[in-house]
Amino acid sequence: MSSTEPLVRIASLTKAYESHVVLKGIDLEVKVGEKLSLIGPSGSGKTTLLRCINHLERPTGGHVFIDGQPIGVKRRNDAYVPMTSTELARMRASIGMVFQRFNLFPHLTAIQNVMIGQVKVLKRPRAEAHDVAMGLLRKVGIGEKADSFPDKLSGGQQQRVAIARALAMHPKLMLFDEATSALDPELVGEVLSVMRQLAAEGMTMIIVTHEMRFAESVSDQVVFMADGEIVEKGPPQQIFRAPQMERTRAFLRAIHDH
Amino acid sequence: MGVLELWTEIWPELLDALLASLKLALGALALGLALGLLLALARLRGQGPLWRATGIYIEVFRGTPALIQLFIIYFGLAAVGITFSSLQAAIIGLGLNAAAYLAEIFRAGIQAVPRGQSEAALAIGMNRTQVMAWIVLPQAARIVLAPVGNVAISLLKDTSVASLIAAPDLMLRAQDLSSQYFQPLQIYLIAGGIYFLVCFPLSWLVRAVEPKR
Amino acid sequence: MTDAASLSRLAALLPDILRTLLWGAGATLMLTAASFALAATLGFVLALMRRSDWLPVRAVARAYLELFRNVPILTQLFILYFGLARIGITLPATVAAILGFGLNGAAILSEVFRSSINAVDRGQHEAALAIGMTPGRSFRSIILPQAFPIALPSTGSFLIGLLKDTSLASAAAVPELAFRARMLVSETYLTTEIYLTVAVIYLFLSLPIARFVRWAERRSVPHRAT
Repeated sequence: MSSTEPLVRIASLTKAYESHVVLKGIDLEVKVGEKLSLIGPSGSGKTTLLRCINHLERPTGGHVFIDGQPIGVKRRNDAYVPMTSTELARMRASIGMVFQRFNLFPHLTAIQNVMIGQVKVLKRPRAEAHDVAMGLLRKVGIGEKADSFPDKLSGGQQQRVAIARALAMHPKLMLFDEATSALDPELVGEVLSVMRQLAAEGMTMIIVTHEMRFAESVSDQVVFMADGEIVEKGPPQQIFRAPQMERTRAFLRAIHDH
Repeated sequence: MGVLELWTEIWPELLDALLASLKLALGALALGLALGLLLALARLRGQGPLWRATGIYIEVFRGTPALIQLFIIYFGLAAVGITFSSLQAAIIGLGLNAAAYLAEIFRAGIQAVPRGQSEAALAIGMNRTQVMAWIVLPQAARIVLAPVGNVAISLLKDTSVASLIAAPDLMLRAQDLSSQYFQPLQIYLIAGGIYFLVCFPLSWLVRAVEPKR
Repeated sequence: MTDAASLSRLAALLPDILRTLLWGAGATLMLTAASFALAATLGFVLALMRRSDWLPVRAVARAYLELFRNVPILTQLFILYFGLARIGITLPATVAAILGFGLNGAAILSEVFRSSINAVDRGQHEAALAIGMTPGRSFRSIILPQAFPIALPSTGSFLIGLLKDTSLASAAAVPELAFRARMLVSETYLTTEIYLTVAVIYLFLSLPIARFVRWAERRSVPHRAT
């Protein structure tokens, strides 16, 4: 892999349902170590776009390439055929996703949540998985809650366990789907600071968020989407301080008028 | 003969017959659980010949009386050369019947596990089998515990129907004893009491496991 | 064994067999209807009793429920038909059957009705009181009409169960479908043919109710009170 090849390349991505089109041809590139924020009104398609990257949504047109390899399909002679579920699972293991509703496994403790991927997917021995898991839980600041079940944790704590669970797979890329939108306001900060820490350590991150100040401070690239299209993309200084498109300006105005 | 005197004379036989009923119920339950899970997995596909076939199975077994099912398996099959003992026919018949109900319970339980759970499991790279085995089924098991418990209790009561094909159970023994002692009222009341003493604690237990409303 | 001779015998007997079975099906339906009427009426009363302010009333209804649903229906039938006869109360078989299914069904339906009433949003009752209705009027005009569609699926399922349970009345010689079938089998020895036909007839009777239950389930996704 050459250092100029982007880690994530999205080419002419479309997603259509019977009733309407959610993504109308998206082209986007994310380099290694880059932090990209996706902002826009609800219904703009930003969550669908994110979920296409790890193929939780199947695009109806176009491709997503991770490290040069298409995800969800593979080349056979001159055509693309669907990947087997094993091949897909293997690709997904190197992509981490953090969900809006955490989706922690309720029948497992915090540390078991972080261990299960290592043991079942990476085939790591339990003792080693346990050490890695404890390290990650301490890193996100909840080492002392390792043996608690999710229903005993606050939203912020659960989301940090979810981040640790994703990191345990040693992903080359982390996807955040409105990671703080379901949290009480006073718990948002603890999750954002974990995300900031990850960013500082050089993780490649694609973040769908409504937290504009956070997006501005952490991103290398910001993409504003509306109605299934990219309206404007550029560095945060441009998007937030000097937006070129009226649509972008209108969106930012509406956000501020609260 | 007073009820108490009657009881002291016949209680060993009745307890023996109760054990027979319990064995019958357990055998049918085991068959029902195993088959029910397979049927549920087939029903989850949502389409295809297997899905259609299991759908018909479930409709047929839920739409016809258990008594008729037992008659067909015990008398009907015998007429075409396949003979079962009454106990075997009862276990098979009640088991196949229970499977139809359990299939729907299992299917609903699996579908009740939130979608986000399997998405999170897929996102960390598990394949579909791992997702089902480690994440979905364990959570579904908790959800179906109470309904399955109710099916088990119904099964125990339904073993009484097996008496009508002379399978060894409590009601069959009660019928024998009634003609022996000419006291059907007392004997059937005692039998009813025994069923109550077994089923009532069980249904109380099932209610305790139910998630709070 | 089905060979040419028995096939022609079957063909000759077919009209009589079908006529007898259809009579039996009719009796089954009437037995089901009568038992359901008793079960629904008594079950409704019991459900109201469960909601009473007086503990003894609630306790009686609760005891009734536990008693009747933890004993097999066959046992209850035998007590009413064989048991009572021996102490001088001889009930006609059909009456004993209706009584047995009705009393048993009342226990099951009381639970269905009770939980349907409870499922109506508490806010509905409070809103009714707030506009000056008495609790009684609120119950009759606001709660019950909303509890009714909620109760439909479970009541429909109960009805299917009742239809199938009437086959047990054959043990008391009630001339419903299962009894007719047994008699025919002992007369003609066409075991498999007759029982399979009977199974099909029960399916014909129960499938429309099952379809109704599915329809009612879809409809009773409640118009959520805001």
